[in-house]
Amino acid sequence: MSDRTLLERLDGAQVVVCAGPGGVGKTTTAAALGLALARDGRRVAVVTIDPARRLADALGLGTLGNDPERVPAAALDALGVVPPGELWAMMLDPKRTFDALVRELSPDEATSDRVLANPLYRQISTAAGGSHEFTAVARLHDLHRDPRFDVVVLDTPPSRNALDFLDAPDRIAGFLEGRAVRALLGQGRGGIAARVARRGTGLALGALQRLTGVDLLRDLATFFEALGPLTEGFAARATAVRTLLRDPATRFVVVTSPAPVAAGEAVFFRRHLRDVEMPFTGLVINRVSVVAEPDQDRDGATVAGELTAALGEQLAARVGRTWDEHRRLAECDREIVAELARTVGDRHPTVVPTFDHEVFDLPALAAVRDALAAR
Amino acid sequence: MPGELLHRRLIVVTGKGGVGKSTVAAALGVLAARQGRRTVIAEVGRRGDVAATLDPAAGLAPGESAGEDDDRFDERRLPGPWGDRLWHVSVSPEAALREYLRDQLPIGPLAELLRSSRLFTGLAAATPGMRELLAMGKVWELSQPRRRTPGAEPYDLCVMDAPASGHAATILGAPAQFAATARVGPVARQGQQIGATIIDPAQTAIVVVATAEELPVSEALELQGALRRGAAVDVTLGVANGLLADRFSAADRQLLATAGDDPAIVAARGHAERAHDQQRQLARLRREAVAPVVTLPLVPSRRLGPDQIGELADRLESGLRRIGAESGTATRGAA
Repeated sequence: MSDRTLLERLDGAQVVVCAGPGGVGKTTTAAALGLALARDGRRVAVVTIDPARRLADALGLGTLGNDPERVPAAALDALGVVPPGELWAMMLDPKRTFDALVRELSPDEATSDRVLANPLYRQISTAAGGSHEFTAVARLHDLHRDPRFDVVVLDTPPSRNALDFLDAPDRIAGFLEGRAVRALLGQGRGGIAARVARRGTGLALGALQRLTGVDLLRDLATFFEALGPLTEGFAARATAVRTLLRDPATRFVVVTSPAPVAAGEAVFFRRHLRDVEMPFTGLVINRVSVVAEPDQDRDGATVAGELTAALGEQLAARVGRTWDEHRRLAECDREIVAELARTVGDRHPTVVPTFDHEVFDLPALAAVRDALAAR
Repeated sequence: MPGELLHRRLIVVTGKGGVGKSTVAAALGVLAARQGRRTVIAEVGRRGDVAATLDPAAGLAPGESAGEDDDRFDERRLPGPWGDRLWHVSVSPEAALREYLRDQLPIGPLAELLRSSRLFTGLAAATPGMRELLAMGKVWELSQPRRRTPGAEPYDLCVMDAPASGHAATILGAPAQFAATARVGPVARQGQQIGATIIDPAQTAIVVVATAEELPVSEALELQGALRRGAAVDVTLGVANGLLADRFSAADRQLLATAGDDPAIVAARGHAERAHDQQRQLARLRREAVAPVVTLPLVPSRRLGPDQIGELADRLESGLRRIGAESGTATRGAA
């Protein structure tokens, strides 16, 4: 991996995917990267999943629906974003995105109405069943083709297993295509059903009926019947998304924090990217405690002694104690950053220090951007 | 009442990703085991984080797979000062399905057939709600005084390290919802049974963990409503995790703000500002939560081990005792 900064590595990118475990500041990183790319004169759409209210307000997302809205130029001007640079942001609504996709792929209104009204569809299209992941990549595909934008930055859903969304197109498309299920239920070509039955799967179906009750199977049958006309569209979309994720202009940024669980998941994620042959661009480690080298051996007692005159004995002692805790964490973090750099395979990961406050306005976001741009 | 938290059969621990759910689940497990309860910590979909923390000698790194492909769940004892009362198991829907087909199906040969049918496992995995039902079913099985798994010893308490909050209402609501969809058959019957356990506050407690930051607190508060709507349950206890020591007063903060840029001052200023923000979020959590809230300090280390978990268990214990005393007073006052 090169020693270029993360931003330099994003040169020429059309799609930037920020991936990683939940709770590591992924949304903030995505927004800050968007801000940086906009300052470079690019027209950027940031797709976030579940931003903090105040960050959403800062981005002008307060009243936003499922479509990108432009962050007011006046607010960006002060941060060095000038035309042609533009920053747009949107909050993904999985249910509405899914509904829109069904309407788009349906040959007529009657078909889409039947799918949208199906109880199983309603279950799938809400948070359960990986629809967050699926709609995120489906949306990515649309925005990438939208002529208003040069770059799309995607903040991925906080999956427990951060890899879910890479497999989501295949998994959901596979399920929605439902070839196997329809064959089982006798909705497909008779020949398939007969062949399947010969192999004993008919028996399996019988057992499944006994196990789950008939109604569920009937729901499944009507669902796939309704979905039939959309099958090809879903398959084509899944293929297009798969291709886009492997495009040379697509960049994957892995975002994590020094917390062991988060760090472990980042390693896991990197390995998975390699397995599925998707490009890896760089590692961002947020919320790192940092102490510069000359200060590393300066202990709390010394600090307290030096500051007593200025702060009084008691406050100086508290500052000394805080300093020792901070040094201990920073020491841990140096080890973890070095280990992550090695195992993830980015010799120069981007280290973003802990900020004094949560990042909730544009100036704070600009500070994150500057940390991301730093060498 | 959260005071008798450890005397239920099942404690579900959830919260936003990255707030320390596994740590809190481990501390609750340690606390229960210390008090003589035979306890199992069930990590759902996780890859052994609790085990890696409480039993570093076992050499499992966080994120490392803990034998999910085995047909049997590996119920492993976590050795420690709590004797042989603390256990751990990692629960995946896939293993739950295999075990279910092997042990629970009344129809032997058909179960064999289903198990060998890739089509069936694929279908089960893709059926909405099925994965959640399977995982929840295994956790329920672990919490029962009479286990269904042949030859398995019962536990007094199962602590479930549940998925992040977005998914928690789904997984807790899955059994009842599935029962409603399927209506007849063994799955429906079991769904009803599991659902009844989950909504019974005498048997099940829900613990929601949050760090004292805006988004985790908002998510914890939203989860209250989602659990009530989606699973008909109320949160039993809130845990505010990772609190910085609130050691700087308002006057201190003013002094530090103008005290220059010595790195120690800068670090103290950051600590003071973050602690101040945290206290505001903690107050908001306490104000809007339906359940009492206990606090846990930030452990100034990245690598938690049995000692740190033990200290967090101490803190939980005193927090729970305080809540017990307060609610006792409140009850007497009302009477």
